[in-house]
Amino acid sequence: MDSPNNSENAIEVSGLNIYYDKFRAVKNVSIAIKQKKVTAFIGPSGCGKSTMLRSLNRMNELIPSCHTEGKVDFLGQDIYAPNVDPVEVRKRIGMVFQKPNPFPKSIYENVAWSARINGFKPGLGRPSMDEWVEICLRKAALWDEVKDKLHQSGLSISGGQQQRLCIARTIAVQPQIILMDEPASALDPIATLKIEELMRELADEYTIIVVTHNMQQAARASDYTAFFTMDEDRSGILVEYDKTEKLYTNPSDSKTEAYISGRFG
Amino acid sequence: MDFSRNTFDNHLQKMADDTLLLASRVSEAVHNAIDALGSMDSIVAGQVIANDEEINARRYQIENDVIVLIATQQPVGRDVRFLAAILEIITELERIGDYAKGICKIQLLITREDCLRSVISDLKRMSVMGLSMLNDSLSAFINKDVAFARQIPDRDDAVDSLYNDIRSRLVSLMIKDMSYAQNVDYLIWVAHNLERLADRVSNICERIIYVYTGEMKELDGPRKYQPPEE
Repeated sequence: MDSPNNSENAIEVSGLNIYYDKFRAVKNVSIAIKQKKVTAFIGPSGCGKSTMLRSLNRMNELIPSCHTEGKVDFLGQDIYAPNVDPVEVRKRIGMVFQKPNPFPKSIYENVAWSARINGFKPGLGRPSMDEWVEICLRKAALWDEVKDKLHQSGLSISGGQQQRLCIARTIAVQPQIILMDEPASALDPIATLKIEELMRELADEYTIIVVTHNMQQAARASDYTAFFTMDEDRSGILVEYDKTEKLYTNPSDSKTEAYISGRFG
Repeated sequence: MDFSRNTFDNHLQKMADDTLLLASRVSEAVHNAIDALGSMDSIVAGQVIANDEEINARRYQIENDVIVLIATQQPVGRDVRFLAAILEIITELERIGDYAKGICKIQLLITREDCLRSVISDLKRMSVMGLSMLNDSLSAFINKDVAFARQIPDRDDAVDSLYNDIRSRLVSLMIKDMSYAQNVDYLIWVAHNLERLADRVSNICERIIYVYTGEMKELDGPRKYQPPEE
């Protein structure tokens, strides 16, 4: 599989295989994810794209039957090496889920608590906690909507706002990479566009990897797109990975063309 | 709720900016082509011919960018009309660039004749009229001024009548003295190119009206003279 070369990579995956018991859900995937870009994983249901995403910060380990072979290099270090603490990995590589899941705490505490348990210390030369909460909410494009109700419950705001709160909470931990698993599939079209616009803005500072079964969303919001599908064993394989503008105007593989034009999948 | 798609809006703005830049290159090419003809400056003519490559490259770049936006951003309503119009406008601009190149090729072939001076100065007048229509059409585009875009094609009549006049003067000259035949033939081509330039500006105006009203129809000004079809 050719990867778009040049510039620095945030993550380099090589020869990745992921199994649920004996079933191989992801087969032999190698992919290099560009730093500070939005990369979308697309493909039909069951193609292994979410499994693939979760392997990038060792979330699959929370599923007992799951095991992983291969390498996932993050800043030159294999995150699956025996001496690596998965909790540290997840601090650097955060995740936003399909269904907004704010803690049942205030908007303020959702952000402050995440920062605090991950070692954020306000003080000399650093922002105060109030400032840090504001910075994170601003980066998540939520501040203006919630600044007058910071102490209301995080569950009292709309679904789209809750999702942006979850993004603010992820940012509060100061990750380098943010993984997003169908972050807008539970939202209305305008809330969806806001999340997409936000992904673009966040890419100035973070590497964003997003799984979506909405291929128009991948087209609109990403710089690079990876198309996954299933082979004859129903294992997920990477078919094509390229710049989004190339993949959506002149894909190299006929399976990609069939999928993005709605003729397969 | 008001909401802007900043990324997409910035892309649309860039397409408008790139189109304006292409238009200014094309306008400059026509201007220089006519100057080269007036002063018999084959160095300038050669430059215009060489620069046409850049005009073509810009046009292809814009076309490619528009296709990417259509494929990735799902434009609808005015946005899709805008992008479709850009594709048409850049084609017209590129062809106007070709006219400039054509005029320069003629400059390289033509020989200096005193009796052609007044015709060449009228060709210059024709180009000034055409380029001012072009510049105005782009102002209408940027200012979303549909009323202005509707008026511009009316000025094509004056261009057509000057074309007619130049043509008959050239033909009379040739009838008087067949030794002018070759140069007359060349200059009729120049006049024809300039006449077509104004027609293409009318097409650009049609596209502008389409973007801002959704109305797609040919602007048929009160034209007295219709040139033969190409």
